[in-house]
Amino acid sequence: MQNDVVLTMRGIVKTFPGTRALDGVDFTLRKGEVHALMGENGAGKSTLIKVLTGVYEKDAGSIWVEGSEGEAHIHSPQDAQNIGISTVYQEITLCPNLTVAENMFIGRTKGSRVNWREYEKRADELLSNLGIPARARQELSHCSLAVQQMVAIARAVDMNCKVLILDEPTSSLDDKEVEMLFKLMRDLKSRGVGIVFVTHFLEQVYEISDRITVLRNGQLVGEYPVSELPQVELVARMMGKDLDDLADLEAVGEKSAGSQEIVYEAQGLSSVDCRPYDFSIRRGEVNGFTGLLGSGRSESVRAIFGADRVTGGKVKVRGKYVKITNPHDAMKNGIGYLPEDRKRDGIIADLSVRENIILALQVMKGFFHPMSKAQMKEFADEYIKALQIKTASQDTPIKSLSGGNQQKVILARWLLTHPDYLILDEPTRGIDVGTKLEIQKLVLKLAEENMSVTFISSEIEEMLRTCSRLIVMRDRKIVGELTGDQLTQGYVMKTIAGGEQ
Amino acid sequence: MSNGFKKKMASELSQLLIPLIALGILILFNLIRDPRFFSIGVAVNNDGNSVLTGNLISIIDSASELAIIAMGMTLVTAACGGQDISVGAVGAISGAVFVKLVQAMGGINAGTFAAAMLLAILVTVCFKLFNGTLVAVFRIQPMIATLILYSCGRSIAYWINGDATPQLTSPILTAIGMTIPGVPVPTPIFCVLLVSLLLALIFRFTNISLYTQSVGINQGAARLNGINPILIKLLSFVLLGVCVSVASLIGISRLGQLNHKTLLVDIEMDAILAVAIGGNNLGGGKFKISGSILGAYIIQMLTTTLYAMKVSPVNVKAYKAIVIIIIVIAGSPVVKEKLRAIWKRLKTGRVARKEVA
Repeated sequence: MQNDVVLTMRGIVKTFPGTRALDGVDFTLRKGEVHALMGENGAGKSTLIKVLTGVYEKDAGSIWVEGSEGEAHIHSPQDAQNIGISTVYQEITLCPNLTVAENMFIGRTKGSRVNWREYEKRADELLSNLGIPARARQELSHCSLAVQQMVAIARAVDMNCKVLILDEPTSSLDDKEVEMLFKLMRDLKSRGVGIVFVTHFLEQVYEISDRITVLRNGQLVGEYPVSELPQVELVARMMGKDLDDLADLEAVGEKSAGSQEIVYEAQGLSSVDCRPYDFSIRRGEVNGFTGLLGSGRSESVRAIFGADRVTGGKVKVRGKYVKITNPHDAMKNGIGYLPEDRKRDGIIADLSVRENIILALQVMKGFFHPMSKAQMKEFADEYIKALQIKTASQDTPIKSLSGGNQQKVILARWLLTHPDYLILDEPTRGIDVGTKLEIQKLVLKLAEENMSVTFISSEIEEMLRTCSRLIVMRDRKIVGELTGDQLTQGYVMKTIAGGEQ
Repeated sequence: MSNGFKKKMASELSQLLIPLIALGILILFNLIRDPRFFSIGVAVNNDGNSVLTGNLISIIDSASELAIIAMGMTLVTAACGGQDISVGAVGAISGAVFVKLVQAMGGINAGTFAAAMLLAILVTVCFKLFNGTLVAVFRIQPMIATLILYSCGRSIAYWINGDATPQLTSPILTAIGMTIPGVPVPTPIFCVLLVSLLLALIFRFTNISLYTQSVGINQGAARLNGINPILIKLLSFVLLGVCVSVASLIGISRLGQLNHKTLLVDIEMDAILAVAIGGNNLGGGKFKISGSILGAYIIQMLTTTLYAMKVSPVNVKAYKAIVIIIIVIAGSPVVKEKLRAIWKRLKTGRVARKEVA
């Protein structure tokens, strides 16, 4: 059995300033298997792959590769290639303006005079051998994305790779192209290549993989044969939940389903990052989008706010058709949006707490109507007190506040605009437990005051405590809408996982 | 209350501290070298006006074009996180347009002057909008986006006006470039005051300061708060265009002639330097216009000092470079951090000593 192993990684540690991206992770790959590497965004999948391919240097741990004496020392992508580890990334890393054959052999030709005829012949043989619908002299950019990816794989195969890493290979392929790719993967399997398959698509994992390794927060959760890990269990492992332990949680307040009046309604709303979907919310309702990270929930709410380029759909606010194509339109229609990535999209780091609080209201008042300093101070004071923001003064730059207090400032910014409809995307991420509870209570209080709120959180308990309706997303599609008795952790997870379980 | 006020003054001044110290040292140096360096006298000029004379007046007067352009440069820097290196060349275009127009209208009087000035400003703003579009819409680095006009701007000025250096004589130009009869202070100084006042009014009655800083610090977040970063960046270029055009007019009036090769030549680097000496971050974000104005006067005082010390014009640039390196290093984050640490230690030391006593 041990002889089957082509790659062993033991106790891999990789730290970045402030985070431990990999914390003693083990990974074993056998000959002729497709091994899915699963985990939410930030779980450490990419880091593990980058350590394996020499993009990052590991801080501790060992790697063995079959055919090499002793421990493998991988310090650069070149080292990785030399011992038989090849990677095909999400984005194609070939040269689109060269021919297929040139792409397959570039950097690997011997001598100063290159006989391209010969290489083209070799390329054609390999392509037909692998059943890839491309010709050697074709320019790569004339091939479809799927075929380009296959050419990249063919290049790896010709380098006698033992370990092939496919990082999100299917994310931009349609169903037919995915089938083509899977056929090629099965063919490579039978040739004894070990394939590491990284993807967000759960169904594809179950269609092609033999084994699954799950990571969470940089740590190994476990390695399982596919047949022994039902889909719903996989989701639970990825989220770090135990299905047997569904103890009732302390309620933070009365959940609100809202009145009959519909505040916001969208039909076929889509953006560059989000497929068309329908959605509505009633006055005073708290609902939520749930799904794994990367399932498209953030992209959906960003489309509501016009944060990404809106590509279609009809939107009604308080019963009237309106056009929302940018954040300013949304704000004028009484919509507020607290973004998922506080540092990147929320705070204006060098500006003071006061300026960060009044920013959105000031923009709504207009370019030619600046507020008086006294008024700004009053508003800032009011919200610093109301949300108990811990700051030395109003003039303190927001960047010197703690994460939780920064988040409260952004929350204050939107509350100050008194929106009818407030979207909170991961408002509790990366902040302490006390503040988390405060924010959840605040959401319910706002709903009582007739504000509609869409609440997104990676922690299902939080959403169960606050939302009266959950929209479940998987693979960028809405796959369910849960209310009432369906709002239990187990049921939500089953819906996220899909399948028959 | 007074404590709070003090604290506020301290934070307001912290950015200006280094330039103020630099200015102080320059003044002190000159006073020691020649106690009469800053003496101000009264003289009668060619036109029979009594005017103030002396190094101080000449420094403040000659720095006018630089100060005005530095104000506009500060806004572009803050919004776009980069600098416009075409201001000198576009200034030459503005001057060429102005001269062509007044000549076409048959000489300078109050009416043709105003019309030609407004049209020259308009043309300059159009050129700046071209730069601004490259930066804001096509997201080209400001230096590259303005490199085009930097290299071809003076050629355009040449096409407009031919190779001649037209002489212009008019009491209006004398009044702007030198002094207004009866007023002993050179007019360019008032032009700086006027532009500052205009900007102060714009800052008071619009949100341009908050928007510009937000866009400069975090463009994505600014957009999610309803600000249009493209418009804000374009606006900064428009205001710079106005500044450049006004500075160009002062330059022409001063000499009474247009020379497209020398008008505002090399001013772009000094303007960027003024912004930097003023403690503004060249990467954009928070800014202080007053710092850049101060920077412009420091640069001019340095030049005048060197000339007063009989340094030959060939060597002036080298000496200037040395002093500027010192100022810029003194204002760098690393040195500032060290100074702050030393200040803290001194302060706690003083408190401790007091307690012992």
